[in-house]
Amino acid sequence: MINGILHPKNVIDQLVRQKVSHYVTLPDSETAHMYEALMAEPSITVVPVAREGEAIPVAAGLFIAGQNPVISIQNAGFYEAGDALRGLALGIGLPLVMFIGYRGHNRKGDTPDSAAAFLEPYLHLWRVDYFVIESDDDLERVPLAFERAAATNQPFAVAIGTEYAKEGVE
Amino acid sequence: MITYENACRIINRSRGSAVSVTTMTQTKYWNEISEDPDLDIGISNGMSKASSIALGVALGKPETTVLCLDADGSLLMNLGSLATVAGMGPKNMFHFVFNNGIYAITGGQPVPAPGVEYAEVAKACGYSASYRFEDTETFDNNLPKILQSEGPVLIELIVKGEPQTDGVDQTWESNAGMPRQLRALRKRLTGKDDWGAGGPYI
Repeated sequence: MINGILHPKNVIDQLVRQKVSHYVTLPDSETAHMYEALMAEPSITVVPVAREGEAIPVAAGLFIAGQNPVISIQNAGFYEAGDALRGLALGIGLPLVMFIGYRGHNRKGDTPDSAAAFLEPYLHLWRVDYFVIESDDDLERVPLAFERAAATNQPFAVAIGTEYAKEGVE
Repeated sequence: MITYENACRIINRSRGSAVSVTTMTQTKYWNEISEDPDLDIGISNGMSKASSIALGVALGKPETTVLCLDADGSLLMNLGSLATVAGMGPKNMFHFVFNNGIYAITGGQPVPAPGVEYAEVAKACGYSASYRFEDTETFDNNLPKILQSEGPVLIELIVKGEPQTDGVDQTWESNAGMPRQLRALRKRLTGKDDWGAGGPYI
């Protein structure tokens, strides 16, 4: 992980501005503080899943019902969710913003963590557009992810390239 | 033992205006029996995720009853979804599991553990209630009352397996069916025709 500071509250502010209704997630070590902060946000319902492959179909069901979900899973779990991405996001034209924890990201390329090494090639393989967020300074890109997903009726990935900071840490 | 056709007819009689989420052999029979196709989605290209999609619809429309017509082989592939459903506790979700002990679509090979009792698994995960029916009459007599109760409820049906030998229909047109159904259901549930074309099929 790199040294950027990413505060959960700032990401949640972006989600609230986008009128996100549900945050479908399987927590991981990098996003632990995000999970804690979300539990205090009354406008967003957290939906914990038991396995990452459930996240996309749960979000698809929510979207069909008129809600505005996002998912948040780690890169390793994103690989596990590959067939759901194929059949129930790309295959149906689901406009879904997917926050993917970029475990092992160090911006140098030679990471010993294969979960990081494969993430961007994997997104290219599926032809999923994405960008990487490494600090609060990058959050202005978040609205673009929602715009792109809606305009294309395709999923769009936001790779979280740093650990969420504990609230109060500057 | 219950047949697919009888099970689907019994469920349809008590359906009211419920959304149905089906998969595999259940979809084949449900499509012949359902009288409200705009409220139906048949999950294909989904590798066992009917229960997860049904959960999403149930959470997104808590005032609408959602029926999931799942199968044993499918649920084994997505067994953790029982814990996910129980954790969210949708009162409007009724999860049917057609248990035939085989993978019917691929020719009838046995599932890894044909003796799994899904009603017991659901109960252990925390569903509000679960039932297991092995004969048509008992199922028919009990279903209306079950659907008046609070979910999530799992209803396991021991059904006669019907192995298929004619393969799976994989054409551009057949694969466009599910994306079209999903859009029709969203339109029906929200009143908005706002989900445009996307993906390889439509």
